Amino acid sequence: MDIVKEILQREQKKNEKYKPITVEKHLELQIDLGSLLASDTNDLNEKLLKLENERDKYLQELTRDNTQLLLNKIWELPTERVDEAIVVQLPKPTTTLPRAKPVPTPKPLTKWQEFAKAKGISKKKKGKLEWDEQLQKWVPLYGYKKSAAEKDKNWLIEVPQNADPMEDMFAKKASEKSERVAKNELQRLKNIARAKKVKIPRVGLPVTSDKATALQLTTAAAVAKASTASLGKFQDKLPKEKEPRVKGLNELVPGKERKRKAPIPNPQAEKENNLNVLENILKKRPKIDMEKAVSHQIREEQVQRAEEKKNIKPAKGKYKNKSGKPSKFTAKKPKGGKGERNPGKKGHGRKRR
Amino acid sequence: MKVLSEERTRLLFEKLTKYIGVNVKLLIDRPDGTYCFREKKDRVYYLSERLLHLAQTVKPDNLISAGTCFGKFTKTNKFRLHITALTYLAPYAPHKIWVKPSAEQQFLYGHHVNKSGLGRITENTPKHQGVVIYSMGDLPLGFGVAAKSTAECRHADPLATVAFHQADIGEYIRSEETLT
Repeated sequence: MDIVKEILQREQKKNEKYKPITVEKHLELQIDLGSLLASDTNDLNEKLLKLENERDKYLQELTRDNTQLLLNKIWELPTERVDEAIVVQLPKPTTTLPRAKPVPTPKPLTKWQEFAKAKGISKKKKGKLEWDEQLQKWVPLYGYKKSAAEKDKNWLIEVPQNADPMEDMFAKKASEKSERVAKNELQRLKNIARAKKVKIPRVGLPVTSDKATALQLTTAAAVAKASTASLGKFQDKLPKEKEPRVKGLNELVPGKERKRKAPIPNPQAEKENNLNVLENILKKRPKIDMEKAVSHQIREEQVQRAEEKKNIKPAKGKYKNKSGKPSKFTAKKPKGGKGERNPGKKGHGRKRR
Repeated sequence: MKVLSEERTRLLFEKLTKYIGVNVKLLIDRPDGTYCFREKKDRVYYLSERLLHLAQTVKPDNLISAGTCFGKFTKTNKFRLHITALTYLAPYAPHKIWVKPSAEQQFLYGHHVNKSGLGRITENTPKHQGVVIYSMGDLPLGFGVAAKSTAECRHADPLATVAFHQADIGEYIRSEETLT
């Protein structure tokens, strides 16, 4: 009996030491074996979490249980034995992880690629070797064999009819080739600069006055005007000349200060400023409206004339003369000489014929 | 949002006085709070101090507009009023023109106001005075410039232009994408 008891006790002790491999969970864990990930969606025991001395123990136990579940799942997979070790082939991970770095942006197109895209030109595949009829052999597209073939082919160059007979045709060809190479290199660098948004200086002739933009011309004029001993202080102004408004002009013109940004005024000061500006504008407006005054004057005159007419009319009556009959001439004809006419007296000036 | 420079403030106020005269003071000096003019991409906005502080929390590149757009400075540095300013011009304008219901649509399509469409006009309106244009139901429709003074209007023939069109509320539909 003792032995049985002993064995049972030992078993019990063993059981106490090792926890059972079965774990009870309210909700099943989501397990991704590929990345050895188990996520527990069950609620945490908040009461235990809040207790200082219980928290760590609770979390440790929870972790153990979940790890147990994960390992249980792993043991379900087919196992192999490799060199005294039991090995499991993990399946592919199903959890998608967010990428750490941003998605790479597509490379900016070169100028030619842009053009080809707009025109719908697609690249044609060329063979690496090409049959040369003249040499009767296959010649590569590029490389030392190609240049050797070129040399073989062009051992003699015909001088064109209208070309200078003393000119070295071989040297001309070589220089043309090197120019093409240089141009290609320049375009390659330009493409890189464009892709990196680096400003490159203009190439070619400097702008002349007939090709300059209005902005360039005004800048040039402003700089020229300020290029005197007195920094253009005593330079005459053209009639209706305006201050040039070109960005960054003050840095170019000698003697001009760089404009500093005005400090942001506090609201009270800004209001005062605005009211002052407005006051000046209102002061400038003419107090007498000329048009109004003129129309007023015209109207007054009209009224006056009407009054006069009214006053004169009743005095006139119907007939002027006392006889009560209409005279032969109701209205006098206007006369140039104010009624005076002396045939003997000469008019003004001499008679013109 | 930039503070307007001295010169630009002058240009703005000169333009506003053409329409509302001394009443510009009422826009600056308001009893219900401090209001100010700010500039963004050559456009002038009228907004309260409170709104300005809120707008300053937005990154300048991302800020498109704040407050009411009054108009913009052209490339030749002249100020041009936009229709959005009508809300502030209409209540203060001393010179007004009312258009007949039959001429309303013509005006809202961007045409000048003819004598035949003229319903009423403020007495003593001088020539080339900025005027706000109303419908007969006292609804502000837009603004423009008087082509003829009130006295001249009496003797004008029916097809003569009385007011030049500058902006109308039809622009809210016609040029929706350019208004800010």
